[in-house]
Amino acid sequence: MKLTRKDILGIQDFSVAEIELVLDTAESFIEVSTREIKKVPTLRGKTVINLFYEASTRTRTSFEIAGKRLSADTINISASTSSMVKGETLIDTAKNLEAMNPDIVVVRHSAAGAPHLLAGLLKQSIINAGDGAHEHPTQALLDMMTIRAKKGRIAGLNVAIIGDISHSRVARSNIYGLTKMGARVSVAGPATMIPRGVETLGVAAYTRIDDAIRGADIVMMLRIQTEREKNNIFPSLREYANHFSLNSRNITLAREDALIMHPGPMNRGVEISPDIADGPRSIILDQVTNGVAVRMALLYLLTGGDE
Amino acid sequence: MILVLKGGRILDPSRTLDTKGDLQIEDGKIVACGKAPAKALRSSGAEVIDLDGKLIVPGLIDIHTHLREPGFEYKETIASGCAAAVAGGFTSLACMANTDPVNDNPSVTEFIRRKAAECGVANVYPIAAISLKSEGATLAEFWDLKEAGAVGFSDDGRPVMNAALLRRALEYASSLEMPVIVHCEDKHLSAGGAMHEGLVSAELGLAGIPSIAEEVMVARDLLLAEYTGAALHIAHVSTAGSVRLIRAAKARGVRVTAETAPHYFTLTDAAVRAFDTNAKVSPPLRGVEDVAAIREGLRDGTIDVIATDHAPHARTDKEVEFDYAASGLTGLETSLGLSLALVRDGVLTLPALIEKMTLRPAGVIHVPKGTLAEGADADVTVIDPNRCWSVDRSAFRSRGKNTPFHGCTLTGKAVLTIVGGVIRHRDL
Repeated sequence: MKLTRKDILGIQDFSVAEIELVLDTAESFIEVSTREIKKVPTLRGKTVINLFYEASTRTRTSFEIAGKRLSADTINISASTSSMVKGETLIDTAKNLEAMNPDIVVVRHSAAGAPHLLAGLLKQSIINAGDGAHEHPTQALLDMMTIRAKKGRIAGLNVAIIGDISHSRVARSNIYGLTKMGARVSVAGPATMIPRGVETLGVAAYTRIDDAIRGADIVMMLRIQTEREKNNIFPSLREYANHFSLNSRNITLAREDALIMHPGPMNRGVEISPDIADGPRSIILDQVTNGVAVRMALLYLLTGGDE
Repeated sequence: MILVLKGGRILDPSRTLDTKGDLQIEDGKIVACGKAPAKALRSSGAEVIDLDGKLIVPGLIDIHTHLREPGFEYKETIASGCAAAVAGGFTSLACMANTDPVNDNPSVTEFIRRKAAECGVANVYPIAAISLKSEGATLAEFWDLKEAGAVGFSDDGRPVMNAALLRRALEYASSLEMPVIVHCEDKHLSAGGAMHEGLVSAELGLAGIPSIAEEVMVARDLLLAEYTGAALHIAHVSTAGSVRLIRAAKARGVRVTAETAPHYFTLTDAAVRAFDTNAKVSPPLRGVEDVAAIREGLRDGTIDVIATDHAPHARTDKEVEFDYAASGLTGLETSLGLSLALVRDGVLTLPALIEKMTLRPAGVIHVPKGTLAEGADADVTVIDPNRCWSVDRSAFRSRGKNTPFHGCTLTGKAVLTIVGGVIRHRDL
């Protein structure tokens, strides 16, 4: 099977077959990263541009390593060095990049829909590396890959996602992906962090962390964005940590074999206590490892590769 | 100069006239209208236009237009806006004050009127600002502005957050018998929002503008109008809650009129799903239940007026990320076609629709328009109710091509627009 789409904009419009194709392909790339010479010639002569309008360490590095291990030429452009600061529009920047004939443009942007705008204008493939609070499809794919690898399946699992659902692209992409794959998804956070109408996305919503964690196979903690405090989304980090942090007490509500995930970067002691983050159930670093494999798979599939 | 419009269906809500007949225009005035008119049909030199199967109605009036001049001529000019108006069947416009400089003093009001008179295509009535620079702090000089030709006061686009200022504006305007037109939006509740807060915003992760951002201000402004006894006009009603509040206020006898715009009874927030910035508008496109309530409000008379909120923007304002895109859509050339769908859908009778686009808006701003009575200015629109046409933004006379209706097929079109006895648009 081939991936026939031009762009990876979000999980919402992915089919189950497409998700499985990406996860299967990613698994086959895991091995490359364990070799002594971590490079295959698959994408030799291809150019991947990472266009990042928002700060990122993990995702940008992951895309860069993924491209390099496939022998693609990867170029990183971050907002601070791009001409965006000189007042050039996103469209003009992208058209200039297009004129240099890259094969794939990876975009991260603080505005929801920015990658969609580019996808409609550029002939190159666009990969959404996170657009505002909308989607972060590669994160959801690496999360699903990690869950499937650890649990052997996704269907039938209880997944709890805890934190600021309203402002989280990680939550949205995971909700779309996990529900498609047959998991039962619960979300929890103070009501200020739960979008109105979230139930229509097929999840159960709670305002107590305990209610979402109870019986969970997977507990996925979201990073709390400290600047949200200013908008009265929550009164203080202290109070948030007291009531929504994952700790050694409330984790006992989850299944005994429950696993802990976090998309990073973590606020230790805020949404997750350090002993949980570093404990035996944490698969947070597996997520990072799998992130490279998922991005290798997407670069490969978008440039015409198949099974 | 004699012009005879012959054999059309004449609809004049000002006299509840609905008859097949003729209309005769001489020297810019209507001299005969009805079944047995045309005292001088044989007059030499008269132009006779056969309008069998067409509707002859008073010239349409839009009391909510953004002409952008002075200051934003790259979006629209008074001339291009007037050209768009007559192409859409409008003979009179009231233009909002959010120009640069803001229309908060007589020199800007006079400038707009002079420019409009120079181009001479449509009647332009300036609406002046409530507060200086529309900053919501200091009342503009209403008396001077009225004498300069302003027909109402509004800080449209910049809601008046200070209730005490709006109270004073209502009282002061009331002593001048002038309407205050309010853009109801609580800026704190709408802060950061880019679209309606609802299921689609939950899906897209775009920050939402909740219905209550509009409704708390509608409620407040209705209370202020009730308390002061002044005339209040509520612009671009978009939510079910606003309709409910206005309906109740009218039942209590509050002096309130309300308008909506075609996009609020035609589209829902689903139009935003593909991040189409042409569907970004303020207030935002709402939910299915809101659209139903707006239609019911039009039907039962809660909403008096259909305005366009014609808000032209340049490509550069719209071809950007959704969050950064300007709000508004260009409406003068699609309003009639979209509104006629209300008749086909059984929401309004044809006379009721025409009333909401002629007589009622004229009443809000107290101008002697919206009638085909003998002796009135010959502002007349002829509509072909069966003309199917495809919206093509590249054919718009407006500089603003920002429409979410591009490519849509509409039924019904203005085919003849006469302003002061002169044919300004002809598409027969």
